[in-house]
Amino acid sequence: MNTATHALDHHDGHGHQPTGLMRWLTTTNHKDIGTMYLTFSLLMFFVGGAMILAVRAELFQPGLQLMKPEFFNQLIGVHALVMIFAALMPAATGFANWMIPLMIGAPDMALPRLNNWGFWLLPPAAMLLTMPFILAIFGIGDGAVDTGWTLYAPLSVQGGIGVDFAIFSIHILGISSIMGSINIIATILNMRAPGMTLMKMPLFCWGWLVTAVLLIITLPVLAGGVTMLLTDRHFGTHFFDAAGGGDPILFQHLFWFFGHPEVYILLLPVWGLMPHVLSTFSRKPIYGHTAQVYGFIAIGVLGLIVWAHHFMTAGLPVPALLYFMYSTMAISLPLAVLFFCWIATMWRGAMSFETPMLFAIGFIVLFGIAGLTGLVLADVAADAQYHHSYFVVAHFHYALFAGGIMGVMTGVYYWLPKWTGHMYSERLGKLHFWLTVISFNFTFMPQFFLGLAGMPRRIPDYALQFAEFNAISTVGAFVLGLSQLLFAWNVWRCVRGGQRASDKVWEGTSGLEWELSSPPPHHSWDVQPVIK
Amino acid sequence: MTTLNPRIRLTQSAPRIPGLLAGLGALLATGPALADFSWNFPTPVTPIARDTLNIHNEFMVIITVLFVVVFAIMVYSMVRHRKSVGAEPARFTGPTGALQWFWVLVPFGILLFIDFVLMGIPAFHAVIEMEDTRTKADMVVKVTGMQWKWQYEYPDSGIRFISTMSTPREQIEGKEAKGEHYLLEVDNPMVLPVGKKVRILLTSTDVIHTWWVPQFGVKRDAIPGFLRETWVRIEEPGIYRGQCAELCGKDHGFMPVVVHAVPEAEYAAWVDKKKGELAAAAAGSDKTWTKDELIAHGKDAYEKQCAACHQPDGKGVPPAFPALAGSKIVNGPLLSPEGKLIPDSHVDRVMNGKAGTAMQAFKTTLSDTDIAAIVTYERNAFGNARGDMIQPAQIKALR
Repeated sequence: MNTATHALDHHDGHGHQPTGLMRWLTTTNHKDIGTMYLTFSLLMFFVGGAMILAVRAELFQPGLQLMKPEFFNQLIGVHALVMIFAALMPAATGFANWMIPLMIGAPDMALPRLNNWGFWLLPPAAMLLTMPFILAIFGIGDGAVDTGWTLYAPLSVQGGIGVDFAIFSIHILGISSIMGSINIIATILNMRAPGMTLMKMPLFCWGWLVTAVLLIITLPVLAGGVTMLLTDRHFGTHFFDAAGGGDPILFQHLFWFFGHPEVYILLLPVWGLMPHVLSTFSRKPIYGHTAQVYGFIAIGVLGLIVWAHHFMTAGLPVPALLYFMYSTMAISLPLAVLFFCWIATMWRGAMSFETPMLFAIGFIVLFGIAGLTGLVLADVAADAQYHHSYFVVAHFHYALFAGGIMGVMTGVYYWLPKWTGHMYSERLGKLHFWLTVISFNFTFMPQFFLGLAGMPRRIPDYALQFAEFNAISTVGAFVLGLSQLLFAWNVWRCVRGGQRASDKVWEGTSGLEWELSSPPPHHSWDVQPVIK
Repeated sequence: MTTLNPRIRLTQSAPRIPGLLAGLGALLATGPALADFSWNFPTPVTPIARDTLNIHNEFMVIITVLFVVVFAIMVYSMVRHRKSVGAEPARFTGPTGALQWFWVLVPFGILLFIDFVLMGIPAFHAVIEMEDTRTKADMVVKVTGMQWKWQYEYPDSGIRFISTMSTPREQIEGKEAKGEHYLLEVDNPMVLPVGKKVRILLTSTDVIHTWWVPQFGVKRDAIPGFLRETWVRIEEPGIYRGQCAELCGKDHGFMPVVVHAVPEAEYAAWVDKKKGELAAAAAGSDKTWTKDELIAHGKDAYEKQCAACHQPDGKGVPPAFPALAGSKIVNGPLLSPEGKLIPDSHVDRVMNGKAGTAMQAFKTTLSDTDIAAIVTYERNAFGNARGDMIQPAQIKALR
């Protein structure tokens, strides 16, 4: 901490550096902004988590005990929007802000003011999304968006003011993400250290580059879709109303043209980070750097052309069904390249299992389950059974919790000593890991079986044959939720102090980011390093 | 796949990766006497469902093998290549030489084969069969989803009826013990003959619903303004239960699908009986009812059709579902002096609904008697005391 303040004084002796709240409101420093993104993300992770624990509590037993179905529908939809847009995406952007300049040898991000604005759009967007809950308490409107995060028309045309709030929130979140993406692309393309060709660039930056491109391609489509929804709701258009020549399925196409790449948007930064962690703790260079770069690009491209597998029961024509089935299956190939490279990076290394490595391995195994169940979900006939059921819920939580959230935790444990200059508590970290992995499986594994047995998703009450698995799932969810408090506590302690971290932090690290002090100086690379 | 009791299937053929862990959890959480765990699809009763189950089982075996092989290699590495056992890290970063390239490409060849041959070919045939709704169809049934019930229409015999959940509210709210088929029971089940290829046309009057009976292996969206189709050929008589699978608003969890599959003779008898009921209902709209008769009939119909939104006490759930108690519309005039429909009046709302809201046009689904009775009931209940009434014959004239 002292070093940080010292470095700040040293580099920014301009005499008008604001302090206190103004420092955070006006900062254009990539590390400050990265910290704000990560803090916001952690906060919203608990907000979204609290919502879903209320849902799981309701689902503990058959019957309606705690809430009305209307409120239940609001919680599930806002949980998803919060977790995706306000927890996972900001966490990845926080990583990008902190790490990309360090990794490519740049002093800061290319567009610092845009960076500041990108962050400060998030809190109002999150407030817009959740405000209808509060308004409803005062008798205004009937609560938050209650259509699920997918906002399918015509249900969303019917909905209350919560839908309008969600639409504007999505607009703002989208603008924020696009600004972040422009900044990252500009930084990566223009500010790499001399000698760092694109193919030499660290994989984390590559993962983010592909993510940023996907965001810029797909977010405007989502923004367009929800705007059409807004005009259908209030201005008499009929984009999604058959009575006026529209088509409800059009909305699903627009939504999932964004929604499917969104999965990779959330995961690519994590896939980029994994090889660094595996290489560090295997004390061995990354295997297949180039192959992974092409893997990212291939997944990005394929991700853009498979969207309709999210609504195969909507009555698509047979040729479309076959096309979307086979193109979806094809994603398994580049994904297999990544898995192959991850395991090959570990192969014949000298491994040790500190918390980041544990999370990375947990990520690989559990994300493997997500990938494999995704492969069977691609099959149209079997999908008719899985779709809209808890099987899908389990599948995408293996992808987005085990893949996304645990990936983010891998990164936090891996980089936290570099950011703060202190080591976190390894004992707490390991405890957090084991509690998370075990309770995660207790939460979501039963949901696969619930889906197979025929339990639809998004129902507040269920038939008696689903009772046992739901009870197990709820117990798992509460342990999972509470274990995350350990994480917050560990991070907090690490920020406050702890054992000094060296510049290299871990024995096996390599890369520019580990050549700077821990924590790094205020302006990362004043003099660009030269890569040979 | 001929388990007799569909509710307890502890020994399914497909080994599951996650089985062990969840099974362990299951044992910890409940005693074996309560065990009601189902590990796979329910027993299939149509060709599609059987196909789907076979494909699912095959896929589960494939992905389990993939999972075990891949992670066995990883675990082997984690055990052998540890720093603590003195492993020296290698320095390789990619395949070198033809032999290594060969071994690197083998897994991808295998995966390609699995994707597009082992999985791809059966999947192809299943899709073609599933989508072949028209070839040799014996009969057609039209299913209409609406918030939150299903309407079944048999064009051949002119039968048309609404099917709503019959589980009492008290069971949902925990005031009564839950019945065996809690949430999966209806007042009027769909009835289909066994062994016939039934082409099912789907549509909706309001939002998207999804018609799903797991044992049929069929799930298809019902989309307002469009027709979708699917088909079933039920092989065994029985009662099959499913649910709406697409979030469709407040009572999405409470719109079950129940299908009685019966032998052909029994089906024919059911058709005759239903036709008789329909004729009686049509006759009902020609007779003159007393106000008390209408109110009594209206109360029943209201509780089935209207109470989900407007609540049994008529207080509604504002603002989405307005109160009827003290409502301006309900307490407004019934018909114009010439006996015509007044726009946005009580009768107009009930018959034609309100666009953009959950209030549907009930003239398409309810009989003249039901509409007349509901309107009369609403005007004379929940503290509304209009004292007037409307005859089914008047509703008939307004259609």
